[in-house]
Amino acid sequence: MSKQQRPRILVTGVAGALAQQVIDRLRDHCDLVAVDFREQVYLGDDIPSYCIDFNKRVFEDLFRRYKFDGVIHLGRIMSSQLTRMRRYNANVLGTQKLLDLSHKYGIRRVVVLSTFHVYGAVAYNPALIDEEAPLKGVGLSADLVDSVELENLANIYLWRYPELNITILRPCNIVGPGVRNSISTLLASERAPVLAGFSPMMQFIHIDDMADAIVLAYNKTQRGVFNVAPEDWVAYQHALKLCGCQRLPIPSVPPILPKLILRTLNLRSFPSYLMHFFKYPVVIDGRAFAREFGFTPRRPLKEIFRFYRENKKPV
Amino acid sequence: MSLASILKSKLVPAELSEQINRIRKPIGSLGYDPWGYNNEAIKYGLSLTRHVYEKYFRVEASGVENIPAEGPVLIIANHSGQLPIDGLLIGYALASRKEKPRIPRAMIERFFPTVPYLGNLLNEVGAVLGDPTNCAKMLANNEAVIVFPEGVRGSGKLYQDRYQLKRFGNGFMHLAMKYKATIVPVGVVGCEETIPAIANIKPLAKALGVPYAPVALPVILPAKVHLNFGPPMFFDDREIPEEQVTDRVEQVKGEISKLIDKGLSERKRLF
Repeated sequence: MSKQQRPRILVTGVAGALAQQVIDRLRDHCDLVAVDFREQVYLGDDIPSYCIDFNKRVFEDLFRRYKFDGVIHLGRIMSSQLTRMRRYNANVLGTQKLLDLSHKYGIRRVVVLSTFHVYGAVAYNPALIDEEAPLKGVGLSADLVDSVELENLANIYLWRYPELNITILRPCNIVGPGVRNSISTLLASERAPVLAGFSPMMQFIHIDDMADAIVLAYNKTQRGVFNVAPEDWVAYQHALKLCGCQRLPIPSVPPILPKLILRTLNLRSFPSYLMHFFKYPVVIDGRAFAREFGFTPRRPLKEIFRFYRENKKPV
Repeated sequence: MSLASILKSKLVPAELSEQINRIRKPIGSLGYDPWGYNNEAIKYGLSLTRHVYEKYFRVEASGVENIPAEGPVLIIANHSGQLPIDGLLIGYALASRKEKPRIPRAMIERFFPTVPYLGNLLNEVGAVLGDPTNCAKMLANNEAVIVFPEGVRGSGKLYQDRYQLKRFGNGFMHLAMKYKATIVPVGVVGCEETIPAIANIKPLAKALGVPYAPVALPVILPAKVHLNFGPPMFFDDREIPEEQVTDRVEQVKGEISKLIDKGLSERKRLF
């Protein structure tokens, strides 16, 4: 295959472990360009890497210079990072800029990484939530607004510009080596807070499986919104036990009490606005994605938890 | 041997453990299903319920073989007695039957998931938030689901209203038709006498965020319970107006009413 025929893909959020896994899977047969707003990451001589804010004008120069075929947008700031305002600017306005440029420069494939947090942890959630379910995340906390807005925005572009072929992925908890999100930090710690009397069902996907899922999604032009989750479930407190974490119960009633305690503690891995996710289950149904893209996760929960158990004290 | 396994060997008889392992459930690698059912927890749950079922309420169940051995089933019963004891006993009757036992799921009141400890405990033994999506997905998984179409209208009624069926919701009939689920009506007699309530303090219930606050003795009385399972009923999935769906619901309600009368006539004394 000649150099020109290789697809050229823009990957965002490359400072994260997930994006690097995706890059490793694609670099042999695609030309990649990497961006991150946080830091410049060296990914080898064959991959140009930039540290750019999407809202800056120079971002457009990348599109002019490289003539991308596709975009894999993994650069979402997690709700435990930065301030609400900066997150909104980066996640919502930044994504809008990215999608506008993708439209302007005739990009034919866009994969956007969202999160299961958009469904919101509500006491009345049924299990196995479908993609059509309402996004109740905003009702819980203003800190989840940007996650839901990012989705809404991507959805508008999905229907307005069908030629962009946008696929939105809503994964469950992504965990595994190198993952720095709040749930991974909790599983890796010696002691983790729990809300007394609540142990909601959770789903975990290994970072390698998630990277496989993103590559599968990119390679099949199928528009739409898809949950990504293995067909395996575990209660939060049981997961902590299997990871060798000591559980620190926080009083859970009346509801104002844990909120006050968590606000005072101000833990990055257990912020008060994610409190409901440790109280009520958000179990998503990943069968549509598995069917459509032929996806089968290969790392079982036991293997994931063994990793956390054995890496409590890094040597 | 760890403490947990010693406790388990004392509490859970080996034959029960084996029986539960034989009942196939769509569970994940750690013994959980999406609704929080846990294969290990149910063993403890059933061992404890056995004593309650056999010794305390001395349940007499007849017709439990009417529940098909496989496929989606809706077990529809009258609700009574403030606490969901009736659901527990129906569940045990089916899980402990000699021929082809099943572990049914029960749809529970929406406020349970908000109660610490109790919510998770109920989930682990198979109870599920009473949401139509949950029920639909479980029927699609070929589960047997216990539904009390009266909801809190039934469980919260006062002693003076005992054995009077309240309004049945139509939701269960729509689901039964859509998923071609067999309906097995059940008449429960005896649970009304377990916690007889003389009044309901509505302002207190509102303040506590619970469906009702009964004025009753703080004990569960050992009333003798009769469970009568009726013959299975089938309904086609034709598109019919709501009025006719209500007629079908009334048909099921009529069956349950007959089964209650049967139970009441069989009953020699209250306790």
